[in-house]
Amino acid sequence: MQTLTLAAILLLLSSFAFRLGRKRAFAVSAHEPRSLHSLPGYYGSWVALWCGLPAFAVLVAWLVLEPTVVRELVISDLPAAMQALPSDNIDVLINEVRNAAQGHATTNPDLAAAADHYTHLRQIGFAAVAVVSVAIALAGAAFAYRRIEPALRARPRVEASINVFLVASSTVAIFTTIGIVLSLLFESLRFFHMVNFFDFLFGLSWSPQMATRSDQVGSSGAFGMIPLFTGTMLISLISMVVALPLGLFSAIYMSEYAQPRIRAVAKPALEILAGIPTVVFGFFAVITVAPLIRTAGAMFGLSVASESALAAGFVMGITLIPLISSLSDDVITAVPQSLREGAFGLGATRSETIRQVVLPAALPGIVGGVLLAVSRAIGETMIVVMAAGLSAKLTFNPLEAVTTVTVQIVTLLVGDTEFDSPKTLAAFALGLMLFAITLGLNVVALHIVQKYREKYD
Amino acid sequence: MNMNAVLPQGSSKISAKALDVHYSEKQALFGVDLDIRAGEVTALIGPSGCGKSTFLRCINRMNDLVDGARVSGSLTLDGTDIYDRIIDVVQLRARVGMVFQKPNPFPKSIYDNVAYGPRIHGLAQDQAELDEIVMTSLEKAGLLNEVKDRLQESGTSLSGGQQQRLCIARAIAVEPEVILMDEPCSALDPIATAKVEELIDELRENFTIVIVTHSMQQAARVSQRTAFFHLGKLIEVGDTEQIFTNPQQPLTQGYITGRFG
Repeated sequence: MQTLTLAAILLLLSSFAFRLGRKRAFAVSAHEPRSLHSLPGYYGSWVALWCGLPAFAVLVAWLVLEPTVVRELVISDLPAAMQALPSDNIDVLINEVRNAAQGHATTNPDLAAAADHYTHLRQIGFAAVAVVSVAIALAGAAFAYRRIEPALRARPRVEASINVFLVASSTVAIFTTIGIVLSLLFESLRFFHMVNFFDFLFGLSWSPQMATRSDQVGSSGAFGMIPLFTGTMLISLISMVVALPLGLFSAIYMSEYAQPRIRAVAKPALEILAGIPTVVFGFFAVITVAPLIRTAGAMFGLSVASESALAAGFVMGITLIPLISSLSDDVITAVPQSLREGAFGLGATRSETIRQVVLPAALPGIVGGVLLAVSRAIGETMIVVMAAGLSAKLTFNPLEAVTTVTVQIVTLLVGDTEFDSPKTLAAFALGLMLFAITLGLNVVALHIVQKYREKYD
Repeated sequence: MNMNAVLPQGSSKISAKALDVHYSEKQALFGVDLDIRAGEVTALIGPSGCGKSTFLRCINRMNDLVDGARVSGSLTLDGTDIYDRIIDVVQLRARVGMVFQKPNPFPKSIYDNVAYGPRIHGLAQDQAELDEIVMTSLEKAGLLNEVKDRLQESGTSLSGGQQQRLCIARAIAVEPEVILMDEPCSALDPIATAKVEELIDELRENFTIVIVTHSMQQAARVSQRTAFFHLGKLIEVGDTEQIFTNPQQPLTQGYITGRFG
């Protein structure tokens, strides 16, 4: 709360600095703004930046450092006996001190004193930061204000700072990605110390139980990812068999045949499908589709598992229709009208034009869209968790229950887990494999889409 | 082999009577009466939005593709009404070919571009016959010498002028009776334009040609007859020489002398 007030004060100061700077720019130009290097507003922004940025930097630095600094100060003030405790116990003590400071009474008089100390330190610290940051804001504004003169290149400076801000924003995204990939990589490396890399990659059996006692039956687990991988591929394949024709045909209808009035209704309706949470699709698969397939299979004398790859793949295919349809619709619409006219002008029928001219021209874009859909299917989790089952059976029969990479990651990490057994670390290795596959697919897809773009621009 | 051979040169190939065209609420053509003669090049000139392209696109019913387009009055090709229910628009477009403003080769090979029309209309019995059609069409379009060694390359890899001649080859491969050209040179440089104009003059022997152009010099160079449109009305039609040297209507005079448009 205090911090928010301070931030508001700094913002207020900055906006005040902006007005002052702009006014000053007018004044130094002798009310002849043309004689200035930049528009007066840029001088205002420049002063505002000098006022706000350093002050906010101080504030942020304090917010980052405060917990550590205050903690160290509180610890150093504790009785010597407490200070001698191992660091884990000190953490517990500090937590208790924090709780006490927030009003939960503590029984230990030493800790009560420490809590008072803690509150006191924080108050002093905040007061200091408030004073310092406001002072810096004023100093910065004054510094910039006094340097305003017609020759000052205000606009490039303001724009350069905007540039820095933009670069910083994109850097956050990039570093997050790098961080996640690295953590996947290092945890996977730990896993591969315990389980042979090639056993993992090419092993045909998956049973990630680890013994808790050495005399337990079946004490060693098996970590071969092939059954999971085939499960993923089988379900993805089924989903694409469903989604590709339906999505593509609906895209062709929307872009080539539909009257504008129908298109205006049907296209948003299709996009609503994309907005339905996958967990809803998941119970649709379990409650409606799976029993349906079971009954249908029984009619033909086939035995269908209650959690079959077919049910999960089918429903996943439904969820992918809007993706394929809207991406294909975009590329089909992007095929120049002049090509269609060329074909019509030669006496081609509408279907000949679509099959022989429009679709070949749009093909690279459609392939790109389909690859994106495949990588979505491979990474999809919720539907398969609910509908595909858990048994890691190596099978290509769509009527049996299979499991997927994503399902296994979920089951490995659900519940109480410790992060040093192969069982949990395997999740990271699976995640890494999944990431590598979808990354590869996305790269190929983007490459194809880009190649297509070069053709018509 | 060509219907034009039967019709004596100068007889009426296409005939429009009281032709009106509406695009939704807006009327684009008002009661146009115009005869297009066989074996001649007829140029349609006039300022932008005067209806000359609309008229051209009525002849092969390309206006059917525009939502809300309505055509009334009569438009006949060899005496048969183009808008009669008995006419299949696909067959009509095989008889009336079209070359567009911007070269629009398909993203296929040069060979497949030219072979496209004959293939969909089943004009060739076997591969040899198809090869024959492709070669003669390319030759007639004056492109054969430039592309004969690279028939399998993409049609889009050619230069703009070559692409436009490829589109002409593609149109004549279907052996149409009429070729419509909608500002065929507006995207080309002067040298490529000269080649296409030369080609149009040669094609006149075998085809009836209707060309929309913004260039009055082009109309004067390639056409035998010129029709001047203004605000959706046909103002004047006559021999090209007469239109350019001795126009009867003040509007025509104003346009060709550059006073407006």
